[in-house]
Formats: sequence, C-alpha cells, structure tokens
Amino acid sequence: MNADDDDIRALVERAAAGIAAGIEEGPGPVRGRRFRPAGLAGRVAPWLAAAGALMLAAVALEQTFTSLPSLVLLLAPVAPLLPVAAAWSRRTDPAWELLASVPRFGLGLLLRRTLAALAAVIPLLALAGWATGHAPALWLLPGLAFTAASLALGGLTGVDRAALGLAAAWAGFVIVPSLATARLPAVLAAGAWPGWAAAVVALAAVAVVRTAFNRETT
Amino acid sequence: MWKVHAEALRVRAGRRLAVDGLDLALGPGVHGLLGPNGAGKTTLMRALATVLRPEGGRLALLGTAVTGRADLRAVRRALGYLPQHFGYYPRFTVREFVEYMAWLKEMPRRDIPGAVQRAVDRVGLTARADARMKTLSGGMLRRAGIAQAIVNDPELLLLDEPTVGLDVEQRIEFRALLRDVGADSCVLVSTHLVEDVAAACTGVVLLDEGRLVWRGPAAGLAERGASGDAGDSATERGYSALLRAHRGQVPA
Repeated sequence: MNADDDDIRALVERAAAGIAAGIEEGPGPVRGRRFRPAGLAGRVAPWLAAAGALMLAAVALEQTFTSLPSLVLLLAPVAPLLPVAAAWSRRTDPAWELLASVPRFGLGLLLRRTLAALAAVIPLLALAGWATGHAPALWLLPGLAFTAASLALGGLTGVDRAALGLAAAWAGFVIVPSLATARLPAVLAAGAWPGWAAAVVALAAVAVVRTAFNRETT
Repeated sequence: MWKVHAEALRVRAGRRLAVDGLDLALGPGVHGLLGPNGAGKTTLMRALATVLRPEGGRLALLGTAVTGRADLRAVRRALGYLPQHFGYYPRFTVREFVEYMAWLKEMPRRDIPGAVQRAVDRVGLTARADARMKTLSGGMLRRAGIAQAIVNDPELLLLDEPTVGLDVEQRIEFRALLRDVGADSCVLVSTHLVEDVAAACTGVVLLDEGRLVWRGPAAGLAERGASGDAGDSATERGYSALLRAHRGQVPA
C-alpha cells in the first residue's frame, strides 16, 4: 500500500459519492407517454352527451309519431355542431390565451379537435340512422357540411358563434317549417345527397384556406 | 439584434388603446415591467406573446417583424408566456399539462419527457408532478404555469404577475430562476411588486397610460427617489417620483 493507492481510492470514493448525489438529485425516471387529452374530453363530454340525447329523442319521436317528418334527418345536420363548437371555443377552453401564443395554434389544431369531436359524434348519428333506416348519405353529409361551414365562418365570427348561428338558421328555416307542414324539405330528399357532397367539399376548402391565412383562428 | 423591438407601437385592449406609441428595445437579461393598474402592462405582454395583433406601429420579436401577415411559427417556438389569468385543464396532471404545452410548442417528441422533468424540477414541483392540477394550491399553480413557460428554453420569456400567490421562500427561489434564465434569454416580468424588480431584475421598464415613462438599470430606479416621495423603500420612492414627474409633464 503506498500513497498512490490512497490517492486513487480517495478519488474513486469522491467520484462514487458524486455519482450517487447526482442520481439522488437528478431527474427521476421518465414514465411512458400518457397523452390522455383528458382536458378536452372533459370539456366536450357534456356537449357530446347533449348531442346523443338529442338524437335519442329524435329516434324515439320518429318511431312513435310516424306521421311526422323524420326528426333524425332534420336534427342530424346540426347535432355535430354542439361538440365541434365546444372543442374549439374560447369560452370553454380555460387555456385559450396560452394556446393563442403557441406555434401549433392554427389549422392543424383546429382540424385535430374537430376530427376528434366528429369521431365521437358520428357513431351516434350512425346508430340513430340505422335505427330509423335512413340512407347514410342523408344523415352524414349534411352534418359534415354544417361542420365545415362552422369552421369556414369561424374565421370571421369564432367557431362557436358560427355554429350557434347556423343551428339557429337551420332550425328557423328548415326544422320549424317542416314540422308545421309535416313534410321533409327538398334538401333532405333522397336525391339531394350530391348537392350535400359538393357543399362538404366546397366548404371544407373554404375553411382550410381561411384558417391557413388567418392566424387568429377563433 | 434586439429580442424585442417596438417602435410607436399601438395595441388595443377592447376599445381602449392600452399601448399608445410605445418605443422599446430589449436585449438579453431580466427586465421588470412596472406601472400602475391600467398602464398597459398586460396588453403589452399579450402583444409580445403574439396573442394580440398590434393596431399600429412596428414590432419585431427575435428579429422577425410580427405586424401584418407575418408567419409567427418560428417566433412562437422560441416564446414562453405566462398569462396574468393562467387557465389550465383541471384534470391534467402537472406533467401532462407541461407535456401538452411542449407538444403545442412543437418541441421534438423525443426531447419532451426530459425537458418537462427539468422544467418541473426547476420550479420545485417535482414531488407534485403527477398530481392533478385541480388539487394544487394557488402558488403551486403559478409554478406549474412558470414550468410550462420555460419548458422549451425560450429566447423570449414573458411572465405576467408570476409572483402572485408565491410565499417568501418561493419568491426567493423564483428570483434565482429568473437570473438563471435571463443569463442568455430576454425575460420580461410584469409585476406590481416593486421589491421583486429591485431583487431580480437587471433593467426596469416603467409604463404609464400606454407609454414608456422611464427605463434604466434596476439600481437607477432607487436613485430617482427622494426622502419626500411616497414608498417604504428606495426603489418604491424612485417609482413614485418618476410617475409623479411624468404626470406633471403630460397634461391629464
């Protein structure tokens, strides 16, 4: 045993103590990715439930009162607007101001949230359509067209106000007259689906162009 | 290159022109933003965070003009922002929230877990990292807010009233964090608490009614006050003296 050995032992001990302290103080092991969009789901769930209840009531009424025009077809265009507006609203999003300062804020995030809301609401519409035996194009395409229209108008007024306005207009100009006359309007007739498909494509294009050029995507 | 460069900047808050003809150039360091209520501090912060679009004048952040139809993505990637009213998702844990913000700031996916852990450690929330936001106290929420602001190592860090709800010990730790971040980034801290500025800031920006009243080193603020001015410390007396002198010049 000589002085060199002591030096080396002291060095090793110092290094070991340093490493131990580093492990102690340093960041803990990183857990696996858990990207639960819990905040979004939590905020949108009540509106999704409302849309579900609306469609359930429509199915029940349609099957009970066969003389009425199809309530499922009348309500399907505006049912997705509730969760879509809730997913992208300054009022329902507590972190809105933070979001407005991040690079991902814009078209990508808007579409992501809209698709998430549609993915949840379309199965509800499908169930209602299946239960009442309507052609899928007639409950799906109008809903998509109204969603795209909300996003397109959203650049001007905010998606939530646009959705509310469109739903009110549809109720006033289509639902109420249809119930009053007990007839489905021509826009919901079996042959109307190519018009709706064209509207979906055109409105989606407007929505994409508008939001791409408008940094305050509201 | 200035990190923040405003010339004759005008920003509207609702109908009111809350920032009205502001000229300001900021480099790296910790700058305290002082001024009475309604001076335009929060509106200025929101414009610098690219949340509000300026009404007029020129504003360049990190060398990029942000007025008009500028592409803000690159600037926003290098921003950190804590709004005055920090909104959060109550069901998220602190870690999930900071991760989500890191993702929104377009950080590379593989860097996110490490950066999040580091940010949470730096604000002293390590033990509560997996607690849901709704279970946190006011001071802890503020610290979670600071963690999301610093997670991307921003070049421009904007903190609007960050010390609200922090206790004395936390404020002292927070000032050390500010000095650390301010070593190579530009940090702008808006506050009502003049003593925070004296302790943590290298420079002071004093606003009143949307305009620049005074700017200079933090130590210079203390020298401006005389014993007759309102305030309990030299810095507070300097603050009062500058505001009073400015209001004397500007017709009400």
